[in-house]
Amino acid sequence: MSSHTAHKQYEKEGKPIAFSPEILEKVKQIIKRYPEGRQNSALLPVLHIAQEEFGGYLSVDVMDYVASLLHIKPIEVYEVSTFYTQYYPEKRGKYMIEVCHTGPCAICGGEHISKRLQEKLGVKLNQTTADGLFTIKEVECLGACGFAPVMQINTEFYEKLTPEKIDTIIDDLKQRASEPQPQQQKWVERFF
Amino acid sequence: MIKITIDNITAEVPEGTTILQAARQIGGDIVPPTMCYYSKLKGTGGKCRTCLVKVVKGSEADPRPMPKLVASCSTLAQDGMVVENTLSQEVMDARKAIVEFLLINHPLDCPVCDQAGECDLQNLSYKHGVEGTRYEEDRREFDVIDIGDKIKLHMNRCILCYRCVYTMNQLTDNRNHGVLFRGDAAEIGTYIKNTIEQEFSGNIIDVCPVGALTDRTFRFKSRVWFLKPMDAHRDCPHCAGKVTVWEFGNQIYRVTGRKNEFGEVDDFICNECRFEKKDIHDWVIEGPRKITPRSVISQNHYRNTKKQSIILPLDEKTEPQQQ
Amino acid sequence: MGRKILLEHIDVPGINTFDVYRAHGGYKAAEKALKEMSAAQVVEEVKSAGLRGRGGAGFPTGMKWSFLDKKSANPTYLVCNADESEPGTFKDRYLMEHIPHMLIEGVIISSYAIGCNTAYIYVRGEFKYIIGILNKAIREAHANGFLGNNIQGSGFNLEIHVHSGAGAYICGEETALLESLEGKRGNPRLKPPFPAVKGLYESPTVVNNVETLATVVGIINIGAATYAGIGVGKSSGTKLISACGNINKPGVYEIELGIPVEEFIYSDVYCGGIKDGKKLKAVIPGGSSVPILPQNLVCKTANGDVRLMSYESLADGGFQTGSMLGSGGFIVLDEDACVVRHTYTLARFYRHESCGQCSPCREGTGWMEKVLYRIENGEGRMHDIDLLVNISKNIEGNTICPLGDAAAWPVAAAIRHFRHEFEFHVKHPEIVKNIDHGSLEKFNI
Repeated sequence: MSSHTAHKQYEKEGKPIAFSPEILEKVKQIIKRYPEGRQNSALLPVLHIAQEEFGGYLSVDVMDYVASLLHIKPIEVYEVSTFYTQYYPEKRGKYMIEVCHTGPCAICGGEHISKRLQEKLGVKLNQTTADGLFTIKEVECLGACGFAPVMQINTEFYEKLTPEKIDTIIDDLKQRASEPQPQQQKWVERFF
Repeated sequence: MIKITIDNITAEVPEGTTILQAARQIGGDIVPPTMCYYSKLKGTGGKCRTCLVKVVKGSEADPRPMPKLVASCSTLAQDGMVVENTLSQEVMDARKAIVEFLLINHPLDCPVCDQAGECDLQNLSYKHGVEGTRYEEDRREFDVIDIGDKIKLHMNRCILCYRCVYTMNQLTDNRNHGVLFRGDAAEIGTYIKNTIEQEFSGNIIDVCPVGALTDRTFRFKSRVWFLKPMDAHRDCPHCAGKVTVWEFGNQIYRVTGRKNEFGEVDDFICNECRFEKKDIHDWVIEGPRKITPRSVISQNHYRNTKKQSIILPLDEKTEPQQQ
Repeated sequence: MGRKILLEHIDVPGINTFDVYRAHGGYKAAEKALKEMSAAQVVEEVKSAGLRGRGGAGFPTGMKWSFLDKKSANPTYLVCNADESEPGTFKDRYLMEHIPHMLIEGVIISSYAIGCNTAYIYVRGEFKYIIGILNKAIREAHANGFLGNNIQGSGFNLEIHVHSGAGAYICGEETALLESLEGKRGNPRLKPPFPAVKGLYESPTVVNNVETLATVVGIINIGAATYAGIGVGKSSGTKLISACGNINKPGVYEIELGIPVEEFIYSDVYCGGIKDGKKLKAVIPGGSSVPILPQNLVCKTANGDVRLMSYESLADGGFQTGSMLGSGGFIVLDEDACVVRHTYTLARFYRHESCGQCSPCREGTGWMEKVLYRIENGEGRMHDIDLLVNISKNIEGNTICPLGDAAAWPVAAAIRHFRHEFEFHVKHPEIVKNIDHGSLEKFNI
């Protein structure tokens, strides 16, 4: 396997980006959790919110907007967003499936779960299904080793998995995606 | 003042001095090599681990040895501290290991690298490395890219010392490159299509210990040891204007900062001096730059040095005779 | 069954709410500390209880608190490390999910002890639902006068904020965590200065694990003397052990430190024995970073003494024949588990999680993973095994932070105790190549 990496250089599209007044208010509250002059401490939570609000990934425009909110240089945002695995640089499926393949899950069959997912959805790792619903990724320890094998879909944990359970979970999600969803508490309010 | 002993040589240094600074004050062979530390850039150091030394006695007050090797660039000297560098086999072994780590993903393309001859990694491997490699896996590879008209980025050669990042942070207020990603996938980059052309940005070429950042205006023009480094100055509105010009005949091939014996520039210079002033009449020539006769740069035209029929290994104790 | 201090009320319905927690003795310790004790008395109590950090290093908590720079002009911070990411460890998640107010109460008492008015809880990004739970608990504590200004009329003020990580094991290292909390890449800092002198925002800072802070509640409740009476020697009190792998009853258990390892594995109160009636092959007793123990060294030490679940007994014999209690992530491998493959997945983990700042870790973790990948896939050679041992030795002790050691130890220990399995992989490539493990993709850089 080649380990050739191109210097990926992302394009700035120049689209106008702005949080809704309601979200912006929340973001300002989060910034206030940190001392005066330390606004950039809010970078990680604000990036999470920006990713959720603007299509599930962090485009250059979105990151530049976050940089302007926190009064930091755009490169400081890129450095951070590429360091952490939960920020996605490119568009991905509505459901981000992250399967654990580290030791404790692996000895309980975690890698068979990953294989079954790839078969079921007909895509390989780090690819998105044609309907734009699912992206599969193998990740390192999710911190739920006692319930192995484990995967996380967006923010939800799925535990003690078997290849059979995978089929049900995927079918359920497909069903859910095709139906109108009941009004839920706002994502930002649930987690931040 | 406090007393510190390094490889059996005792020196008096002010409190707050690091082991490395103390060693540099003593000078000579006992100075640990550095790949990431740069005294003129605040915050550098600690990362490459080539300057690891053994502290066999912590201080007069607490004589216990330190349990692990410590980075001399970022560990403060204490009164009565006793340090071993070249005398400690453990340090020598660790340094050899670090050189190996730094080289496993390095392309070893010295024959086509402009940095060859003045490369810290070359010197380090020459002194502390081993012949041959135990590394049989794929090497990390990146495309070579231009970050602006003047600077080429060969990420393959980068050892992630972070010096260029600190340079841009401290010399300009609009840094637009940095360290992206993490682990062995970490890279120096701009993330978006961008150019590094801020005033003083050319200094990232001088601080780069390897050939990762090179001068495009000098690319493939000459090997550095065919050139004569001459100290020169000019009245510059942007910087002190004190530089080294690298001549061949009456032509200036390139302009750099004046590097001292530890490979650090005395003054950072502006981009105008570095890239735009290549005419001999732009400069007042002061005289030849002092270069250690051990350097490959002094092997050819350089005065003060006898031309040697054989090149001595760097660790050879017999110094070449100076005129 | 041993004494329960952390999980006593874990099964009470609604214990995650303020009211039920309060009805079961919750916030009594906070009241006692804030109203009846001086800060110095709380520190003294934690010291004499012999509480040791539950995050993995086992450093005495009271002593850590007393290192704080009291002359500093900057405010003091308490940061709770809830970046639980060590493979095999899932105890903090369990505690926060089920009994979040115990952590909040622990943070209140500890903040009072060290004179901190703003505390942060750094939760790993994958645990967003935990962030929701903690925020709710914080709101409830506020509404009931246990957070905010003049808590319960004591004159003590405290705000707790929850901060989210975003996927980086290295942020469990305390200085990387502080960098991350300041909105930067999680690169560990050079030490000294230690956080107690210059931590968050260059201010004196204590970073404590979730379980450590929750345990402070129990210590104040039952008193240091009673707490110190539990356990054995310098391993006092109770500890959460998260058990996983090939066992009948994986889960989180609170044990009195000092129970025999054999009891922990085979008793129905705990792991309930090896799954499917198989035999035990090996145990990693303290999270993936600690050395693996082969079957013959699990229940007995090399001297033939009974091996106990304590800091000292698990470390008995050093790395040659012992291991560490670490974070209490207890991973059990049965006779069919492949040590080479397991070691490979751990090497891949450490490569993926290395921050890349210092050269031995950045380059060494990747090298080990690549060599292990070859061996695991039947493309190894005999000299690769010694090469691995040598790489691990070259990383160990030479890095900025303990991740280098954590990556090196599992590989060195696996070869120390299971060299025959590595040799088998080299000698029988046709067998190892044809085992179906499911998906196996090389970490893609």
